[in-house]
Amino acid sequence: MTVAVEATDPHSLSLAQYFICLKGIVWREALRFIHQRERFVSALVRPLVWLFIFATGFRQVLGVSIIPPYETYVLYEVYIAPGLIAMIQLFNGMQSSLTMVYDRETGGMRTLLVSPFPRWWLLTSKLLAGTIVSVLQVYAFLLIAWFWDIEPPPLGYLALLPALLLSGFMLGALGMLISSLIKQLENFAGVMNFVIFPMFFASSALYPLWRVKESSLLLYYVCEFNPFTHATELIRFALYEQVNWISLAVVLGCTIVFLFGAILAYDPARGFLARRNTPAG
Amino acid sequence: MKPFEPAQIPALEIDHVSHRYGARVALNDVSFVVRQSSFTVLLGLNGAGKSTLFSLITRLYAIRSGHIRIFGHDVGREPGPALSRLGVVFQSRALDVDISVRQNLMYHAALHGIASQRAAELMAQVLDRVAMADRSQDRVGDLSIGQMRRIEIARALLHQPCLLLLDEPTVGLDIKARADILDHVRRLSSTEGIGVLWATHLIDEARSSDNVVVLHKGRVLANGMVRDIVGQSGGADLREAFNRLTGAADQTEPEAAR
Repeated sequence: MTVAVEATDPHSLSLAQYFICLKGIVWREALRFIHQRERFVSALVRPLVWLFIFATGFRQVLGVSIIPPYETYVLYEVYIAPGLIAMIQLFNGMQSSLTMVYDRETGGMRTLLVSPFPRWWLLTSKLLAGTIVSVLQVYAFLLIAWFWDIEPPPLGYLALLPALLLSGFMLGALGMLISSLIKQLENFAGVMNFVIFPMFFASSALYPLWRVKESSLLLYYVCEFNPFTHATELIRFALYEQVNWISLAVVLGCTIVFLFGAILAYDPARGFLARRNTPAG
Repeated sequence: MKPFEPAQIPALEIDHVSHRYGARVALNDVSFVVRQSSFTVLLGLNGAGKSTLFSLITRLYAIRSGHIRIFGHDVGREPGPALSRLGVVFQSRALDVDISVRQNLMYHAALHGIASQRAAELMAQVLDRVAMADRSQDRVGDLSIGQMRRIEIARALLHQPCLLLLDEPTVGLDIKARADILDHVRRLSSTEGIGVLWATHLIDEARSSDNVVVLHKGRVLANGMVRDIVGQSGGADLREAFNRLTGAADQTEPEAAR
């Protein structure tokens, strides 16, 4: 009986429809982004505070020698700019994934999940949408940073784009994965303390790793194994029209692992959704 | 207009479904069907298991025990064909208040793979059906709660589902808006042939000609036409019948109530 219905099924989805769905999700995220100006402003203010205040204060303390991709001595603010770009994406990834998980009981999330498209497609589309928003935030940041003498080569801005898409995807997928698996991270403060700060500080975002190695070999290895370090380095090299192949491989590998994990976590059959909550009705 | 579905297949079939959260049993061997173009009221107090059942039908949770079929398509095994035939009005707000009615509906159309030109046609139809055609450019946040509900229903109908689920759709509405929405959805089931499952704790939302499923503490206590259930219980109306049924259930199984 079911087979007979299937044969003339007007409901099966074509490839073109998959892209309509993707476009719709991205478009809605962009609309939300336009309408939530506070979110945009705070996403912009955070790295600018680091750039204007922290970097200026530390300029004299930390000297940065010539390391690739730089060909001359660079100012400290030039050094930390790629790390701040990665930070924008880290915050954005955590924020959008968390909103998604904690909104799961609201209709918005349920509307998404009740769509007939496979869940992996819906989640990937959602991640791409979040990544595109983070890319817009990054370019807005770079525009302001340009007036602060962060002037990468013009083509670097273009070369940065694929790096940003990849790192944004990785950090978004990571956010989706950890927020679904770790029940204790119920609020953003927890995520700040246990995810964002450790990832950001134990990375090459604020100091070159050779300096870390001088003070603590253990920390150096922690930094080397931190995917955020590789997101930062991928961005740093791309900004100067180069490819850091190791970082590219690490970010690509982590993206696949995190994405796969997030899709599993959202699979109703094995996922956390059924395990972790008990609705009222 | 609507894709052809063989008449004998129920719009929704709940087949021996049980669900538990840890040790707490939320649904205990629940079975019933919603026939095509019928209006079925799922009646239960808060905590009866209505929301759990909706979460299972909409695939938020996996079905651990039993089967749920939408027009013969098992929700667990072939979620795509099952979900494409399903429209849902959730209890919590599903519309984005910051953007316009039109933008909300276009997003929903995209989630069902409907291209924008076709979506615009369908949108005009569903908005007209809920008498909100002139409000498509308005921001959702500027609408009243009753109007938002109507838009939610329009949203749920946009992809032309043959089964419509509504989870406590009249919460927060005044008497007039409540009656309007109820009338409207009843008309949908009779004129458009849509199978409707209307979950509520408000007994007076069921009419004597409706089908009703009484859900209490995760179990189906009665299932049939309202007038038959009232007749069998010996009560004067559905309220009395409901009180007798649930009272009897609580007495016979005091340990299950914990």
